[in-house]
Amino acid sequence: MSLRRWALVMTVLAAANLAVLLAGIMIGEFPVPMWEALKSVVGLGDPAYRFVIHELRVPRALVAFMVGAGLALSGAILQGLTRNPLAAPGVIGINGGAAALAVTAIVAIPTFPVAALPFAAFVGALAAALLSYALAWRRGSSPMRMLLVGVGIAASANAYITFWVTTRDINSVKQAMVWLMGSTYGRTWDHVWPLLPWLAILVPAALIMARRLDVLKLGDELAIGLGSAVERTRALLLLICVCLAGASVAMAGTIGFIGLMGPHIARQLVGSSSLRLLSASALCGSLIVMAADLLGRALWPPLEIPAGIITSALGAPYLIYLLYRNRRPG
Amino acid sequence: MNIRLTGLIAGGLLVLAALAASVALGKSMVPLGTVVDAFISFDGSREHLIVRSVRVPRALMAMMVGASLGVAGSVMQAISRNALAGPEMLAGSNGAALLLVVSMFLFGYTSSMIHVWAALLGAGLASLTVYVLGSLGGGMTAIKLILAGATINLLLASLVQGILIFSEQSLDEMRYWLAGSLTGGSMGMFLRVLPYMLAGLVIAIMASKQINLISLGEDVAQGLGLKVGLYKAGALLAVMCLVGGAVAIAGPIGFLGLAVPHIARFLVGLDYRWIIPYAALLGAALLLLADIGARFILPGEEISAGVVTAVLGAPFLIYLAQRKGG
Repeated sequence: MSLRRWALVMTVLAAANLAVLLAGIMIGEFPVPMWEALKSVVGLGDPAYRFVIHELRVPRALVAFMVGAGLALSGAILQGLTRNPLAAPGVIGINGGAAALAVTAIVAIPTFPVAALPFAAFVGALAAALLSYALAWRRGSSPMRMLLVGVGIAASANAYITFWVTTRDINSVKQAMVWLMGSTYGRTWDHVWPLLPWLAILVPAALIMARRLDVLKLGDELAIGLGSAVERTRALLLLICVCLAGASVAMAGTIGFIGLMGPHIARQLVGSSSLRLLSASALCGSLIVMAADLLGRALWPPLEIPAGIITSALGAPYLIYLLYRNRRPG
Repeated sequence: MNIRLTGLIAGGLLVLAALAASVALGKSMVPLGTVVDAFISFDGSREHLIVRSVRVPRALMAMMVGASLGVAGSVMQAISRNALAGPEMLAGSNGAALLLVVSMFLFGYTSSMIHVWAALLGAGLASLTVYVLGSLGGGMTAIKLILAGATINLLLASLVQGILIFSEQSLDEMRYWLAGSLTGGSMGMFLRVLPYMLAGLVIAIMASKQINLISLGEDVAQGLGLKVGLYKAGALLAVMCLVGGAVAIAGPIGFLGLAVPHIARFLVGLDYRWIIPYAALLGAALLLLADIGARFILPGEEISAGVVTAVLGAPFLIYLAQRKGG
């Protein structure tokens, strides 16, 4: 794939992101005309729309944007590390760990402040990832073993969640279920600001590491032969991957299949060279989550469908189709 | 040969003992003499009522569900030649759960034949999907199977959650069932499902010789003149009946179907003609014990048997995965 094609794809994706962002500002229970939406972006908006745009729609869309980018980028890194197209942050137990701690907080501690929920989720995600890294360690790390072990950790986390869900009061259980589903409902600037630094640091870090990821993709032996510090590079990339996914899950719950869909679509568009793939994945992911969020609000108002349900319902069939089309021996 | 047969008889006795314990133990202890009386000379007393309407059905359900899951797991591991296969890894449990939740959402909560068929169909479709996905591109490897399973499981679980979010009544009714519990199972449902589960058990045991051959490799089986396609279809049918039936009664009980075949293999070696009957007995005994444990682990509170099996089974999965991903 040529550089020009990559530049073209990136431009189109960025434009599509902006278009969905604009649509997200316009559409809703209180419609905003396009001209007003555009004006308010540059700060000249009618004060009548100010609250809806600035306090409700823009932060929510931004959270969706960042969460999507983070999850997709995390998935792309993990797929590169494991050289397996089905690897996703959810599979190595990140979602499970985040969900386990978040559900404990919601269900078991009624007074737990909602604002602190993301921190609990983040700690859970990190702990689960560390655990699967440690358990998979056998004379060196192996992302492949980590996937297998992660499935077990995810299953343990599920059993733990099930325990809380079956033994507690139905109202807090329902709240926990909505969180588990993954949604950007009611996200405000209080969610945007804590998330921003993570992405501002980790996205460039991931892009800088892209070339080393390319080397790792050649296989451990070749990478060592080329002078790559395999273990250190891999640990660093895994850390980036876990922090991106953990921060995203912490803010919006477990929105499914972004880590799989984003990179796959990006690979179709720009090929598999890491730098191009990672950058395009991030924009694909953000586009999907923003669109899913918008769709969830617009389909059956006033009912809101969590974005996570929409991404799962769309993502899984797409994934099955992809697997079927790309089947090849070996 | 004789040792294996003796072991089988011992297994049978273990199941009987666990059955008796499951009927007798609980919040109110019932002496075994009273249990017998409840059926011979029923006098309408509270204890007799407990035995006849709660304890005995629950014990029978645990026995059948455990046996079904153990056998289903063995058949899956034999056919896929993969130590990580099982009703939960092949997404059969979640498939049955999803279609059952959909059918309850549409047709109401009373037990009816539609629910049974929904569960059977769901188990079959989901297992087949994961099996096909996992063997795309020639040969099923552990990592392909487990990733395909995890993906489909994620999809099914989030669809179930999605449906439950829309209806608080469903959530309240279904959350215990979704945890894999034997408390809510109704005798009516049990009797409706029983023929399918028995059929599945009979198919699996009758075909155990052919399943054994397939577990040696499809080429070998074909070379020996076996109609591999036919027997694989039959095995899938059996798995469908077993998993669908088990989930319809007790919800998705985790990891029993994964762990039991390993224990059976440890006891009798690689011969599926013995593994399958052993797995039936072991599965029944283990679920009966897990269900008894669920009554006593937390004082004053019953947890669901599915949580007990998952807490014990998930570390086992991690252990297997550690050895596998070499």
